[in-house]
Amino acid sequence: MNDRFAFTIDGVEVQGRPGQTIMQAADEAGIYIPRLCSHKELAPHGSCRVCTVLVNGRPQTACTQPAGPGIIVENSSEALLAIRCNLIEMLFIEGNHFCMFCEKSGNCELQALAYRFGIMAPKYPYLFPTRELDASHPDIFIDRNRCILCGRCVRASRDLDGKNVFQFVGRGPRKRIAVNAKTALADTDAARADKAVSACPVGAILRKRVGYGIPIGQRMYDAAPIGSDIEAARAHPHK
Amino acid sequence: MRRRGTIGRRFFVPTRIDDAAGSSYNRESFHDPARRPHAAARERVTERVPRAAASFAASAYGMRHCMNKKLQAVIQGICARCGKDRTRMMDIVRETQAALGCVSSDAMDLIARETGTHRVEVESVVSFYAFLSSAPKGKVVIRLCNDVVDKMQGMERVAKAFEDALGIAFGQTTPDGAITIEYAPCIGMSDQAPAALVNDVVVTSLSSDAAREIVAALKEHGDPSRLVRQLGDGNNGHPLVRAMVRNNIRARGPVIFADMEPGAALKGALAMTPQEVIRDVKTARLRGRGGAGFPTGMKWEFTRQAPGARRFVLCNADEGEPGTFKDRVMLTECPDLLFEGMTVAGYAIGADTGIMYLRAEYAYLAPFLEDVLAQRRAKHLLGPAILGKQGFNFDIRIQMGAGAYICGEETALISSCEGLRGDPKNRPPFPAQKGYLGFPTVVNNVETFCCAARILAKGPGWFAEMGSKGSAGTKLLSVSGDCRSPGVYEVPFGVTLADFLAMAGAEDAAAVQIGGPSGQMVGRNDFGRTICYDDLATGGSVIVFGPNRDVLGVALEFLEFFIDESCGYCTPCRVGNVLLRERLHAIIAGRGEPADLEYLQKLGETIKTASRCGLGQTSANPVLATLKNFRSEYEKRVKARGDGLQPSFDLRAAVADAEAITGRPSVHAANP
Repeated sequence: MNDRFAFTIDGVEVQGRPGQTIMQAADEAGIYIPRLCSHKELAPHGSCRVCTVLVNGRPQTACTQPAGPGIIVENSSEALLAIRCNLIEMLFIEGNHFCMFCEKSGNCELQALAYRFGIMAPKYPYLFPTRELDASHPDIFIDRNRCILCGRCVRASRDLDGKNVFQFVGRGPRKRIAVNAKTALADTDAARADKAVSACPVGAILRKRVGYGIPIGQRMYDAAPIGSDIEAARAHPHK
Repeated sequence: MRRRGTIGRRFFVPTRIDDAAGSSYNRESFHDPARRPHAAARERVTERVPRAAASFAASAYGMRHCMNKKLQAVIQGICARCGKDRTRMMDIVRETQAALGCVSSDAMDLIARETGTHRVEVESVVSFYAFLSSAPKGKVVIRLCNDVVDKMQGMERVAKAFEDALGIAFGQTTPDGAITIEYAPCIGMSDQAPAALVNDVVVTSLSSDAAREIVAALKEHGDPSRLVRQLGDGNNGHPLVRAMVRNNIRARGPVIFADMEPGAALKGALAMTPQEVIRDVKTARLRGRGGAGFPTGMKWEFTRQAPGARRFVLCNADEGEPGTFKDRVMLTECPDLLFEGMTVAGYAIGADTGIMYLRAEYAYLAPFLEDVLAQRRAKHLLGPAILGKQGFNFDIRIQMGAGAYICGEETALISSCEGLRGDPKNRPPFPAQKGYLGFPTVVNNVETFCCAARILAKGPGWFAEMGSKGSAGTKLLSVSGDCRSPGVYEVPFGVTLADFLAMAGAEDAAAVQIGGPSGQMVGRNDFGRTICYDDLATGGSVIVFGPNRDVLGVALEFLEFFIDESCGYCTPCRVGNVLLRERLHAIIAGRGEPADLEYLQKLGETIKTASRCGLGQTSANPVLATLKNFRSEYEKRVKARGDGLQPSFDLRAAVADAEAITGRPSVHAANP
C-alpha cells in the first residue's frame, strides 16, 4: 500500500500503517514487545506498562502509542528489560500467586513472561494481600488472589460479550475487580462461554470443572517462550 | 542472603485471623480437605445463599419495603434533577451522599436503573472518591487534615483530643450516628494548620482545646456552621462564605493580586479575532501554572484547530498538592479574574461551555462562586451574546469533586467531569484533540486563567517583561511549615530561593520542598537556585523544614500520600510506591542495609519511567530527591547485618502471629 511508512525498532526498519500502534506494527514485522494487559481483540488499556518502549527517547507504552514515520523505537535495551522485569515481579508480589498448583500454569501469560525474562524469584517482598474469592457462579469462579488488574475481563465483557459483568472498584492498592451485582458473580449474566473468561491472562477467572485439562508438555508455553509465535513470523531472526 | 530473608518471611507469616468471617472460615476449613483453599492464599469465599433460605420477619420486611420506597423517591428526585444523565454521575452520587449519608448498595442499584447504566459502574465511581462511601457515615463528618505540615504544627495532639472527646478512633462513627472522624490529605489550609473540615465548614489553627470545644458544640447543636465564631479577612467574611479562613496574602504582585474592572479583559479580547487573542497569549509567553509549564497559547491553538462539533474550557480548581493553597486565595479574592480568563479562552478556542472543577475541600466557596457567576450573567459577561458580541455565547458551570488528588491531573479531571472514576486517560489523543466527552478541550489551572485575563487587559508586552528568560510573569507561591510568615506570595519568576525564604521568614531552613511531594526537596546547597520553569519548577507549594526535621520521615509521609491517592490503574505506581514505603520504613526503623539505597534508586527509577501519568511519574520523587540531596541521612542509618539475614527482615514480627497461636515463644526468634 502507498500509505505505508517506515520507522525503526532497535535499529531494524519496519513498516507501519496510519492508525497502527507501535505494537501492531511490531507484531506484523515479527518483533515481539512483551505485554500483559494488551489483547488482540480488545482496545488498548496501557495499565501493566510491560510494553514500555522508548519512542524518540521518551517512555511510551507500545500498545497505546501510534506508530509514525521515522520514529525511533527502543525495545530491548538493558534498561528497558530491567524495568519490565521489575514490573512483572511487582505483579507477582502484589497478589498471591501459586504457580505450582494453579490451573492456569503453563498457559499463564504472567508465568510465561517470568520464564521468558528468567525471573526465578522476585527481589521484592511479598505483600500477601487479603483478596476475595467468588465461587458463587455454577460455571465460573473468580480468584482475586491471582488477579493482576489488567482489565481484560472488563473490556471483553463490555466490548465483546456486551454484558458489563466486570468493572474496577476502589483505588490505589485497594483497587479490585468487582462484578455487576449486589453480592456475587452468580447474580450477574456471566456465562461459561464469555470471552471475558478466556481473556484473563492469569488464573483469576476460570471455568469450573476444567482443572488441569491439558497435560504438561502440551500447554501453551511448554515448548516455546511467550512471544515465539510473533517472532516466528519474522524472516530474519533477530537477537 | 537476601533470598533467605525473603523465603523466611514467606513461610513464617501465617494467616492473619483478624476478622470474624476470616476467622471462622480459616479455623473450620483448615482440617477439612473438601473446603481447604489454595494453601498460600488467604481468602474469603462468597457462597451463594439460596434465595429460598433467606427469611425475613414480616415486620422487618415491611420496614425495609417502606425504606426502599423512601430511598427510591430520593434517588429518583436527584437523578431527575440531573437529567438522568450518567455523565452527571458526580453530582448524582454527591447529592445522594449528602441526602442519605452514604451511597448504599440499594442506592447504587436505583441510580444505575434511573440513569440507564450498570450498577457496577456506579459502584466504581463511589468507591473511588474519599468523600463518598457505601457505608453510612455520621451526620457530621470531621475530616482532620493529616498532611506533613499539619503534623509539624501539632495535628497529632488535636487528633487525640478528638478521639478522647468522642470516645472513638479515627475512621469510626459515634454509636448514635452523629459524628464520624477521619483523616484527610491536604485540605489547602497549610498556612493555618492544623485544620479540619466539619462537613463543608473549615476550622483552622486547631488546638486540643479547640477540638474539645468543637465536639462539645456539635454534641449540643449539631450545626457545623455555628462553629465559625470569627470570620476571616476579605471575602472570607462574605455572607455566602462566612469562613474563619484567613487569606494570608503576604506579597501582592501586579498580575494576580491587583484590581481589575470585570469585563476589562473581555473588552480587549472581543475587539480582536480569536486568532489574535491566541497570538497575544503566545506573545506574552504564558506557560501553564500547574507545574508542567506547557505554553498556554499553543494549547489554545491546538484546541481551536482540532476538528469537533463543540469545544470546552475546563478550569482545574482541584489543587491538592500538599502545601498548596494559592487557588483557595484566588477563588476567594479574584474569582472575576478567573472567570474572565475562562471566558477569554472560550472566545479564543470557540467554546460555548466552561466547567470549573472545584475540589470538594473547597465546597464552602461554591455558593459564593455561583453568585459571582450569576452577577456576571447579569452584566452580560456570561451567557448569550457576551458584551453584545453576536455569536459569542459562553457560560460556566461548577463541577464539584469528591476528594481525589488525582483529579488534578488533566485527563483524570476530564474523566471525573464525565461522571467516571478519576482515572487518567491514555494519551494520545490529548485533550486538545479529544477531551471532555470526546470534544476538543482546554484544561488550564486557576492561576493560568487569571494570568490570561490580565494579559488581555494589560497587553502581552507588559506581561512578558516580567519574570525571567524562559518564565514570563509572576508566580504565586503557597508557603507553609517552619517559617514566620506562611501564606501566599506573588513573586516574579527568577527569584532565588534564598531571597524568597528571607521574605517568608525562613532563614534557618534546612530543607525546602519545592512543588510539593511531586516536586523535589532541596538542601541549603541549592538555596541559590531560582524559581522558574527551567530551574526549580513549582506549581506553587513551598514547604519549609527547619534543622530539626527528619527529611526521611517527611519522604515517608509523602509516599503515604501518593499510595493513598494513586488511582491504581498502572502497575508501577500502584505497587512500586508500596514497595518504596516498605523499604524506607525499614531504613528509618534501623533495619536498612547499604544495598537498600541502590534498591530504592532502581525501584524509584522504574516508577518514574514506567508510570502512566504525572502522579506516578513524580511519586518516587520524595525518595529520589532525598537520595540525591540528603544522601548522608540514608547512609548514617543503614548498616550491614552480620547474621546473614536480610536487615529489613524482622524475625520477631514474622513469627508473632505463630507465637500467638501456639501460645509459646519461638526458639528461632529468641536465638536468631
